[in-house]
Amino acid sequence: MIIAVASGKGGTGKTTVATSLALAILGSSPVILDCDVEAPNAHLFLKPQFDQRQQVSMLIPEVNESGCTGCGRCAEVCQFHAIVVLAGKVLVFPELCHGCGSCGLNCPEEAILEVSRPLGVLEAGTAMDGIRFAHGVLNIGEPMAVPVIRQLKLWEPFPNGEVVIRDVSPGTSCPVVESIRGADFVILVTEPTPFGLHDLRLAAQLARDLDLSAGVVVNRDGIGDAGVDETCRQEGLPILMRIPFDRRIGEAIAQGRTLVESFPEYIPRFRELYTRILSLTGKRQKAAL
Amino acid sequence: MKVAISAEQPQFEAELERRFGRCAYFVLVDAETREWESLPNPAVEARGGAGTQAAQFLADRGVQAVISGDFGPNAYAALETAGIHMYTARGGRVSEALEALLAEQLERVTGATSPKRHQGGGRGFGRG
Repeated sequence: MIIAVASGKGGTGKTTVATSLALAILGSSPVILDCDVEAPNAHLFLKPQFDQRQQVSMLIPEVNESGCTGCGRCAEVCQFHAIVVLAGKVLVFPELCHGCGSCGLNCPEEAILEVSRPLGVLEAGTAMDGIRFAHGVLNIGEPMAVPVIRQLKLWEPFPNGEVVIRDVSPGTSCPVVESIRGADFVILVTEPTPFGLHDLRLAAQLARDLDLSAGVVVNRDGIGDAGVDETCRQEGLPILMRIPFDRRIGEAIAQGRTLVESFPEYIPRFRELYTRILSLTGKRQKAAL
Repeated sequence: MKVAISAEQPQFEAELERRFGRCAYFVLVDAETREWESLPNPAVEARGGAGTQAAQFLADRGVQAVISGDFGPNAYAALETAGIHMYTARGGRVSEALEALLAEQLERVTGATSPKRHQGGGRGFGRG
């Protein structure tokens, strides 16, 4: 069972929901994957001790200038314009390269080699209450988030993860697509404001386009307007949970404490959220919570 | 000398477009005869690498100088390698930019004038 926690709008409470959901269903031995490799923050709340690490790299072209005739075939086939041939000279732009290898395959002189370019690192370990935790950290200034997320999803530092909760980055761009792809369910965390609604619509559309079932958690409930509720009703998006706007919650989060840690009365509500997700995805609950 | 000028419309009297990689059109002018042609920029909707694609496009057409508003780091590196001189103009018409260049009133660019951009933004509003 893979649950992705996404949002559209940033700062709505994805990490709050992901971490508290994990802590509420310890009996199902949850694994948390923080897929927001550009700005991972779930570790600040769950405080894992990392004891496994793996470097993530991608292959990029390196041109052997003595073999290159400057024919320009590599530039022609590159979909990302990461390799150009100007005045007979080949120029590679590593940050534009997606590592597809087309340039090397098409080079008639076989003058293109592939070299490894480091993008970031994966880290895994055990966090509070025995939660198994892994995240990816993109190198500073590095734009290629997707390969790091893909590698994080494939990495299996913990065998037999029954429930995997992916904390996703905000927005609806490529890293979000990669992070929610393959999930059984997407939780869309939003706030009942025009901004929250605007970005929720985009994120819900993305989940639909990827054929993923989704439901909404309304955070900071009580502020804003009824727009989110109305849209969810019209579009048949179930609202699975509401977390009220409460200064005390904000203070606890600001001090690095998860919601259920500070307010244990939320544990049954997160369990109920999990049960509803199981029934929406048609999965049976395997073990007692 | 063949000069390319980024433009909003495919005309010699069009407004200059400030963005190099993602301008709508390039107006290519022969500085001696003032003969011009306009070409749609193939990189205008590129998902990434617009600057390098536009640079390759102009280099393939024998352009020797470019006038635009801003050049990003990738576009700068590509145009520099191609030996194409870059000049910045603040605005005005394509024709005016050409005359300003010929009157040596435009600043020659010796480094990227705009920050790095890349595909896949959209992290949503109010990222906390």
